[in-house]
Amino acid sequence: MRLTALLPVRSCLLLVVVSVCVQQVHGVWPLPQQLHQSADRGCLSPQRFSFTYGRDSAAQTGCSVLDAAFKRYFSIIFPDFTKGSGLLMCENQSNRLSVKTGGCDGYPDEDSDESYNLSVSEGQAVLRSVTVWGALRGLESFSQLVYQDDYGSYFINKTEIVDFPRFAFRGLLLDTSRHYLPLHAILKTLDAMAYSKFNVFHWHIVDDPSFPYQSRTFPDLSNKGAFHPFTHIYTQSDVMRVIEHARMRGIRVVPEFDSPGHTQSWGKGQPGLLTPCYKGGVPSGSFGPVDPTIDTTYKFMESLLKEVKFVFPDSYVHLGGDEVSFACWQSNPNVRKFMEKMGFGKDFTKLESFYMESIMNMTAALNRTSIVWQDVFDYHERIPQDTVLEIWKGEKYQAELSRMTQAGHRVLLSAPWYINHISYGQDWRNSYAVQPQNFSGTEEQKKLVIGGEVAMWGEYVDATNLTPRLWPRACAAAERLWSNEEKTLNADLAFPRLEEFRCELLRRGIQAEPLFVGHCKHEYDGL
Amino acid sequence: MYCLLKCAPLILAVAVCHGWLFGDFVGKQKELDEISLWPLPQKFQSSAVAFKLSPASFQIVHAKQSSAGPSCSILVNAFRRYFEYMFGDLKKHEKSRKKVYDSDLAELQVWITSADPECDGYPSLQTDESYELSVDEPSAVLKAANVWGALRGLETFSQLVYRDDYGANNINKTDISDFPRFAHRGILLDSSRHFLPLKVILANLEAMAMNKFNVFHWHIVDDPSFPYMSRTFPDLSQKRKGAYHPFTHVYTPSDVKMVIEFARMRGIRVIPEFDTPGHTQSWGNGIKGLLTPCYSGSSPSGTFGPVNPILNSSYDFMTQFFKEISTVFPDAYIHLGGDEVDFSCWKSNPDIQKFMVQQGFGTDYSKLESFYIQRLLDIVAATKKGYMVWQEVFDNGVKLKADTQIHVWKERPQYQDEMAKVTAAGFNALLSTPWYLNRISYGQDWVNIYKADPQNFTGTDAQKKLVIGGEACLWGEYVDATNLTPRLWPRASAVAERLWSDKSVTDVGNAYKRLVQHRCRMVKRGIPAEPLFVGHCRQEYMGL
Repeated sequence: MRLTALLPVRSCLLLVVVSVCVQQVHGVWPLPQQLHQSADRGCLSPQRFSFTYGRDSAAQTGCSVLDAAFKRYFSIIFPDFTKGSGLLMCENQSNRLSVKTGGCDGYPDEDSDESYNLSVSEGQAVLRSVTVWGALRGLESFSQLVYQDDYGSYFINKTEIVDFPRFAFRGLLLDTSRHYLPLHAILKTLDAMAYSKFNVFHWHIVDDPSFPYQSRTFPDLSNKGAFHPFTHIYTQSDVMRVIEHARMRGIRVVPEFDSPGHTQSWGKGQPGLLTPCYKGGVPSGSFGPVDPTIDTTYKFMESLLKEVKFVFPDSYVHLGGDEVSFACWQSNPNVRKFMEKMGFGKDFTKLESFYMESIMNMTAALNRTSIVWQDVFDYHERIPQDTVLEIWKGEKYQAELSRMTQAGHRVLLSAPWYINHISYGQDWRNSYAVQPQNFSGTEEQKKLVIGGEVAMWGEYVDATNLTPRLWPRACAAAERLWSNEEKTLNADLAFPRLEEFRCELLRRGIQAEPLFVGHCKHEYDGL
Repeated sequence: MYCLLKCAPLILAVAVCHGWLFGDFVGKQKELDEISLWPLPQKFQSSAVAFKLSPASFQIVHAKQSSAGPSCSILVNAFRRYFEYMFGDLKKHEKSRKKVYDSDLAELQVWITSADPECDGYPSLQTDESYELSVDEPSAVLKAANVWGALRGLETFSQLVYRDDYGANNINKTDISDFPRFAHRGILLDSSRHFLPLKVILANLEAMAMNKFNVFHWHIVDDPSFPYMSRTFPDLSQKRKGAYHPFTHVYTPSDVKMVIEFARMRGIRVIPEFDTPGHTQSWGNGIKGLLTPCYSGSSPSGTFGPVNPILNSSYDFMTQFFKEISTVFPDAYIHLGGDEVDFSCWKSNPDIQKFMVQQGFGTDYSKLESFYIQRLLDIVAATKKGYMVWQEVFDNGVKLKADTQIHVWKERPQYQDEMAKVTAAGFNALLSTPWYLNRISYGQDWVNIYKADPQNFTGTDAQKKLVIGGEACLWGEYVDATNLTPRLWPRASAVAERLWSDKSVTDVGNAYKRLVQHRCRMVKRGIPAEPLFVGHCRQEYMGL
């Protein structure tokens, strides 16, 4: 017993020497806006270390978001900590938190201030932020600064960080329609998102192949439209769990109910919603997009959107509007009659526009901001000004950025970050090289780019391969969206930091795939 | 009489129920049984007559005539494994169903016909893996010459079992006569570029058995790390970063033993690859003087090249080392590598230049490589092992033993030409070129994997016969435990069918339907095999 007491002292002395010779600077991913680290380091003792609320902090014990975050980050920082393991105790290091405003029970939103200042000095670290969301980002950075030496002792270097995100909207899209993703796969993704400072989970929850969202208003949608009405659905409580898990990590949940196309699965539980296609003057038995010519469609959509507003607290709703095929509309005599009546001629984009406009107005009336895919902008002149446009088409996205921002719309960039498109080798470098504001336009226009999204479409992805395909590839976009571009343009410089971060993800139980040949101290031990 | 009376109402009830069920199933039946077999058996006949399997009463047993019995651990373990696969999730709540119906299949009898069932042996290149399976009332019979064929037949039997909408297990009346098209059906895993935990290797051996693969080509060491813990030269993995970590990133002798035994239980050979003279950077850490010192100008640069071929000490080392390898790995073959030797370091070294002159090699360094390989082959031949080598060894004209297996991997020249050349020279050929599964791309790339055929080259029948099979390779640059299994499966399944099933089995549409179900079956058995396209499995992957 006496030996254990002695050993720490010796290794502590030894380490002071080592710390002078080997300057271990530990990276943070995504790179903070301002980061100053010195070679001076202090020990952290799992027994003595604690998170405390600053005396002048607006948030105090009882703040759900931060209480939970303290607990979470304690075990992230000290994963192998068990009581009485007799680890080294050098100094009494505590992490003081000072949060100016409360809002512990709210949800993060588009205006959330995520900035924070972190100052790690001898014996004490102070994290200052305006909101709990900023505090979460700061805790994440703090946790990445802590490292273990060869003896297993925990250290942190003297550090000053001033940090804030470059873009307010840093999203990740998961597609739960092409393949059903079990709840735990979604929750795990939210964990990893928080580690990379993503703040929006874009839940592409339904699409052609299946309708796993269990609606309280229209239960038949999932009863008949899910792959299986009991095992392959998200119940209301599942959805609430996702939203709460995300909230705890400062992540917004923006659901997408894509229409009028991509709705094959809706038709199963909602007869009369989709346009019947015709062949040779008679209905062929197959169906096309939502039928935009009948009142019942709009009544249904209004009820559905009302439910969505009720279930999802975020002020944004994604309405889709992409890839509408006109062939079925064209074949249907009632639709053609309607076109004539409305004076649309043969231009079906006008019909689509008519539909989308109604849906966007409906959404606005519900006090929600619409996001739509770029197709809606490409076809139509009249779009409510506050609608957010999302770019997904790969070719010439810079020109599209110019056009959209010139029209005064806020824009999200996703086109270069379709990371479901895999290829051999280090394709994260392509994601990293993207410059979202590198297009011709005024400063005002550049400001209209509110962020971007990494998309993991589900054609070839389910719970078996989702996580390694997402991570660490999505981290490249995470840094582009958070960090200062000037300081992060060189992928070769980023590489060692990303490798280190990938190993950290593994240590935290995220099945992140390797970037190249090598190893991690803690390898993934699942299958 | 007494019994008949007593049972009559029950039988009637069953008959009615069955008739109704049957009506429901006639349409689906064919789809359900036929399309989920993977790889497709050589001869296959099935009728719409279905029997039920009760988890409470169904048994897999040794046939009376069988030369194998309860002491045959391979079979006993396989019986338990396949019972789990078929009923694992059912047996608990179905225990109550003790009644035996007329239409029940009571048992599967496994009948080993040859005098030596090979229960304690190892599979080899010559192993007869054929089997015959007949499913009929009241018993199904699986006939095979030895345990290896029986293992393949058990897998097929388990694939024939399907679940109806009421959760009951069914099997159709079926006759199968099956054998592999190629004797060598391998998977290469690379445990040097990334260390692969034992668990991952074992899980992939499981998946291999589900796909009737029979060779695990263990590319165990390479430039980046040397995780094989050698008894003779422990420094290889233990010193100066030979392995990534001397305790957490190594395969101990007992790990290796476990892999070999786990593979044996599934009829899988383990062929280790110790690639030389190139791809040996990690060897140099533990064995001083083994690698060639590279020169920059007239002085050593501090870096090292391939194994130094001009020193006797190199050959002494190899002699001892391969002596160990030949005893640790029971298979008759060792893969000796021999690929991608970079000559620039040899060229820079003045001692080697001198040696080249002495030997009269001129400036042709492939002659030096041949010189090394020939001596190495003699060393390995002395251990009574056969050897496999990558195609360069053949391309460079090294004199080879007649039973050497040439492993074709390069894209240029076209592999068809290389296969023709290798077989024309009378050597056994193995194909891997179209099956480098580490090369991923977006979409259904299994289709091209499926379409490649190892005998698709211009040559005589005798040449074609020299093609002993092929291997799917998953090199480790971008692969470790996090993504190996979903990246390999079910893409490797495409190779499995190409190597097992008849040449004429090439219908991609039909294969797709079967493969979708086969991948769901792997998922159900705990293998995170990735999806082929949009859709779902009844039981999704629950790990993470």
